[in-house]
Amino acid sequence: MTAEAKQACADLLAEYAYLIDADRLEDWLDLFVEESTYQIVPRENYVRGLPLQLMLCENKNMLRDRVVSLRQANIYNIHVDRHLVSSVRYLGEESGVHSVGANYAVFQTDQDGQSRLFSVGEYIDSIVVEDGAFKFKDKLVIADTSSIPTLLATPL
Amino acid sequence: MRNEAEYVWPTSDFTRIPFGIYHDADVYEQEMHKVFRGPTWSYLCFDVEIPNPGDFKCVNIGDTPVVVNRDKDGSFHAFINRCAHRGSIVRREEFGNAKDHTCVYHQWCYSLKGDLLGVPFQRGVKGKGGMPKDFDVANHGLQTLRVENFNGVIFASFSDDAPPLEDFLDEPICKHLKRLTHKKVKVLGYQRQYIHGNWKLYTDNTRDPNHGGLLHPFQVTFGIARLTHGGGAVLDKRGCHNISMVEGDSDSEEDASKAYEDSGSGAYMTDYSLHDTSMLATQKEFGDEITLSIMSIFPNVVFQQIGNCLATRQIRCKGVDAFELYWTYYGYEDDDAEMTAHRLRQANMAGPGGLISMEDGEAVEIVHRAIKREHDKHSVAEYGGRGEIKTQDTLITEVPMRGFWAYYCQLMGIDANGAAA
Repeated sequence: MTAEAKQACADLLAEYAYLIDADRLEDWLDLFVEESTYQIVPRENYVRGLPLQLMLCENKNMLRDRVVSLRQANIYNIHVDRHLVSSVRYLGEESGVHSVGANYAVFQTDQDGQSRLFSVGEYIDSIVVEDGAFKFKDKLVIADTSSIPTLLATPL
Repeated sequence: MRNEAEYVWPTSDFTRIPFGIYHDADVYEQEMHKVFRGPTWSYLCFDVEIPNPGDFKCVNIGDTPVVVNRDKDGSFHAFINRCAHRGSIVRREEFGNAKDHTCVYHQWCYSLKGDLLGVPFQRGVKGKGGMPKDFDVANHGLQTLRVENFNGVIFASFSDDAPPLEDFLDEPICKHLKRLTHKKVKVLGYQRQYIHGNWKLYTDNTRDPNHGGLLHPFQVTFGIARLTHGGGAVLDKRGCHNISMVEGDSDSEEDASKAYEDSGSGAYMTDYSLHDTSMLATQKEFGDEITLSIMSIFPNVVFQQIGNCLATRQIRCKGVDAFELYWTYYGYEDDDAEMTAHRLRQANMAGPGGLISMEDGEAVEIVHRAIKREHDKHSVAEYGGRGEIKTQDTLITEVPMRGFWAYYCQLMGIDANGAAA
């Protein structure tokens, strides 16, 4: 079971990265259960025990609203994201909740084809099984890149 | 490179701003001296960020690194973060607590007041080496700044010619600062945003309440700030600061929707709604009807109230082509857990990832890129009318922006009054 769970969590992370990079954010929402949280926190706050985040979705509806706002209301730099997720660590399972850690790097490419490192950091995830599928229950993104280049529109 | 005097200011009321002023490295160099080290006061931090004797924080004024710390008697001192010996950074950590400040390079040691306490091997060893006999530590302290604490907000000035802080801020700014700091502040955390544009494009942005009801559809659609709201912009006697204020319950959805439709703006989006509206539930906590206020204090800070989301935005210059916005979010010490959670929820609207404010990063950068080669062209600032720079009773105005430029030119020694019509 552990080997299967480990692989399923790794697959979920890969799908997560793929769907953001493919700009399929509506499908990306399906990777979260209804009672889920999603947070991006600058490392400098995390280390100092300060609660402020860069993005806080306390339930899936708030996550839906982020996606709807990006599609309809927000004006941001036109770009393509590319995630590199590595060093996936399966930390175990307790009461049906799988704990996983991973590193990420997100590169952004602008319309001139210039690519830049946008953010680097780590994921701390709680993953559960719903209707046979592994999904995020809580996803915490800790951004080492506390200083956001220009703005933060698409999720990390 | 050219002298700033060569830029043409075609109108004496600053309704035209030459684009070259945002892109000239010589102008930037002069700004660091005449504006940031001139007769002005810059925001450093809240006093509660350094609550104990010996606590320090590193900040910037313009692009100068500055340390602010609390002394044993509770008083505050600030000094340039540069060793008097060979010029290295003395305090490398962003926050900390220390009995004194010792430079790592050659261990020159300074007091919390910035005085040089001593240097190693001053007398050499066995009569050889060391400093000359007449070397006097009293002449080699850190370069100190004037510091004032206004209701828990720390400001500093490089200049003996700066007027007293309360005179510099003037009455409306003092009053609004007291409103925002009417209880003891509790810091919730920080955000940073590195924007590839000239810092003055941001001071323009926050002195232009007109853009808020156009560039940011989120706040228009959900009634946080739109141009049909009551409100306006209050200026100080110099016109260099301003408080843009919105009364969020002062229009109806029908009137707002119709006004936007009639004006041809698509910023009010009738087909856009939220699944979770908890973020929008602002509680009036200041005993007035102001639900949004953006107070720009010359030269380096904005105090923001977006509903119950309170923050300062400190401008830290990074050269002529970039600046960092350093956001400090806060609530009050007596906030209960629910109120803190509410402020954090509303923080989704602000900052580099803010549902309202992310657009400003993009707006600054697309202006900065487009005007690079247009030194002799001008921006047009005529919303709110021409002529006198004064308090506005409408949000559809750019007059506060002209107030910035009038004072900026005064500090920089630019005479715009003699320009050709």
